[in-house]
Amino acid sequence: MNINGKKKIWSEYQKEIPEDHYFYVRSCIRQNFFPASEKLFLEIVRERLSLDFFETEHHTTCGGIAYHSDTIPQETVMTIVARQFALMTEAGYKNYVASCITSFGLYTEILDTWHHFPELESKIRDYLWKTTKREFQKPEYLAHASDVVYKLRNKIASQAKYKLVNKDTGEPLKVVEHIGCHYSKMFPSKGVGGAEYPYVLTGMIEAWGGEIVDYPERRHCCGFGFRQYLVQANRGYSISNTHKKFESMAPFKPDMIITNCPGCPYFLDRWQYVIKEMEGKTYGENGEGIPVFTYEEVAGLVLGYDPWYLGMQMHQTAVEPLLDKIGIKYNKEEKYLL
Amino acid sequence: MKEFGYSLSPSSRVDLDKVDKSKQNRLFALEPGFKKCMSCGSCSATCSAGNYTDVSLRRAISYIQNGQDQLAVNMLRNCMLCGKCLIICPRGINTRNLIRNILNVYGEKQI
Amino acid sequence: MNREILIIGGGPAGLECANSLISLGYKVFIVEKSAEPGGHLRKWDRLFPYGASASETLEKLLQQSNKALFFYETEVKSIKKSDGVFIATLSDETQLHVGSIVVATGFSLFPAAKKEEYGYGIYNGVITNADLEDAFKTGKKEFFKANRVGFVHCVGSRDEKVCNRHCSKVCCVTAVKQACEFKDLNPEAEVYCFYMDLRMFGRGYEDLYLKAQNKYGIRFIRGRVSEVAEDVDGCLVLKAEDTLTSRPLKVTLDLLVLMSGISKNPDNDEIALMLGIDTDEDGFLSLCEPNLNNNKTQVEGVFLTGSVTGPKTLPETLNEARAAALAVHKYLSR
Repeated sequence: MNINGKKKIWSEYQKEIPEDHYFYVRSCIRQNFFPASEKLFLEIVRERLSLDFFETEHHTTCGGIAYHSDTIPQETVMTIVARQFALMTEAGYKNYVASCITSFGLYTEILDTWHHFPELESKIRDYLWKTTKREFQKPEYLAHASDVVYKLRNKIASQAKYKLVNKDTGEPLKVVEHIGCHYSKMFPSKGVGGAEYPYVLTGMIEAWGGEIVDYPERRHCCGFGFRQYLVQANRGYSISNTHKKFESMAPFKPDMIITNCPGCPYFLDRWQYVIKEMEGKTYGENGEGIPVFTYEEVAGLVLGYDPWYLGMQMHQTAVEPLLDKIGIKYNKEEKYLL
Repeated sequence: MKEFGYSLSPSSRVDLDKVDKSKQNRLFALEPGFKKCMSCGSCSATCSAGNYTDVSLRRAISYIQNGQDQLAVNMLRNCMLCGKCLIICPRGINTRNLIRNILNVYGEKQI
Repeated sequence: MNREILIIGGGPAGLECANSLISLGYKVFIVEKSAEPGGHLRKWDRLFPYGASASETLEKLLQQSNKALFFYETEVKSIKKSDGVFIATLSDETQLHVGSIVVATGFSLFPAAKKEEYGYGIYNGVITNADLEDAFKTGKKEFFKANRVGFVHCVGSRDEKVCNRHCSKVCCVTAVKQACEFKDLNPEAEVYCFYMDLRMFGRGYEDLYLKAQNKYGIRFIRGRVSEVAEDVDGCLVLKAEDTLTSRPLKVTLDLLVLMSGISKNPDNDEIALMLGIDTDEDGFLSLCEPNLNNNKTQVEGVFLTGSVTGPKTLPETLNEARAAALAVHKYLSR
């Protein structure tokens, strides 16, 4: 592997990411799957880094799940998104940051569609006005929350209490990064580092002391795939995709997985349990799984937050072996008390 | 093992790393013409059995190359050895000999 | 009548055109961007389909053309036409007054790193056809230790995403040639060619393909490689579809050779502007009567030859070069 080849590609896919003054929108499912991640993101940017990130209780689903499950038409989803943009406009913001990868992909897709079909944009403006009496400006900058954390990665590193390093050997931890499909596969130029070798999570891991694992099925879907999971009869496809990824990464003996999508950490985490029950196979050390994290959780760990405050008791695959490897202090008794 | 109402789906992917080369080499020795196939499909187009049963020498050759031996064998069992493919093959492959030897090398029963 | 000719480009097309013009009694100036004549031919080891030595072929082309006056590491800066005479100013400020100009600026090899999914410049085992040719030429033995080798056809050809919709014409047979040569150097190697269509149009090409299958046991897989990655041992894991059985396919390899295609010369637009001629949508220079005449442009006295008008084999290029010389002769004898 020649890292300079990757660096060259990374230098070609840089996007402008403002540091401050964002309208922040949450994900529908992350608040259930990884309940602390979004709260933590706001806490880090607002309290640790004193930045202006605004959110409103009027924000709703972007419609992405329904759209990707073929239950609502495109014009409906566009009108829902237009309403979110109206909320941003009313709050006086121009930078829009989404917590969810599918929302980010959907916003990117809609803005691009409107660029090519301005008559569709006018139609949606009309729909929005008729239904809600709202008007909107399009965001000047659209970012995914992982873009923002990527942008702030060195500031986070400068306040870090822990590094992604094995405390016993001093070796960097081997980290698998998994990028949500809708982050840059549809629009490679909208993702940090492009679609083939995304840099957004790699940049964080490098800044926080870890080492990235490049394994053959790195680009493969986590297995969520909306329709593949939502119907029970299709779940075999879902878990098979996840299984394929684990089989491919296992020889590299990764210490942990970092993700930037709502569905990916959930499926990479939960399916490890199901694979163990189905096949009797585990992929981590000592019969354990490979712990899976959101990038906010990893930032939180590095900054020294209590793992239980970060909601890691909600993970299916135990995180304790990794915490011990890094030397993060935690109280076993308090795991389920919070 | 727990029942979840679903299970891992078998992969349809061809894995060339797992092809049994020694068997292939045995077949090549018995009918060197195997290697000359350029997948034109005229054997399958003209096949007497192919219109009514799933038999295609062109595909069987690909299956053997991909290590999907059983698919090839199951298919070629439907061959009637009429020899029409022998007449038509532009590369002059001895297709009857090839079919017999695929079944000899990969089938359980010797012909 | 001005009997001096400017040829832009000192590759095979420029050299052979010069050869013909010299034998017709003209004085020829060759302006060559690089430090040596021969273009891509200089970098190649052997030529399809018969395996002739590239350096001997180049040597023969150079024998006669040494009567031309070469300007190396030089480019044409501007061209003016007055009273039927072209006044060319070169980057070293030389001014040439010539009766006719032949553009023989050739092609550029597609930069394989643009196909990010193949990992050229990232994964160590991924090389190009030019790298392999260089290895043949210089005897880089470490490449030939590879026991599992793949060739990917159409890298940067038939690919709208990299703005090359065209077929590069020479890569199919080059891949087959290189695959056979590889087997000669390492008979134990398993060799796979991944192709979309095999375009074996020339004399001797189909024979070479048959030999590749029959004698060398090279496996041809119809399907375009979709991605490449490294496994834990540093071997290459490659994905494609075997479109003949409609199955996704995976194979682990030690060496992967990308058949970089023929791209337009990046200077084409500038050259066209300078001469008052056009480029086509594909970026190659336009011919005004492509069916009738492979050399003629819309500017009298300006002729084209070789792969500046699209992918060509070496014999085709040389024929065109001789035709261009005759066209110049006809023009100046009018």
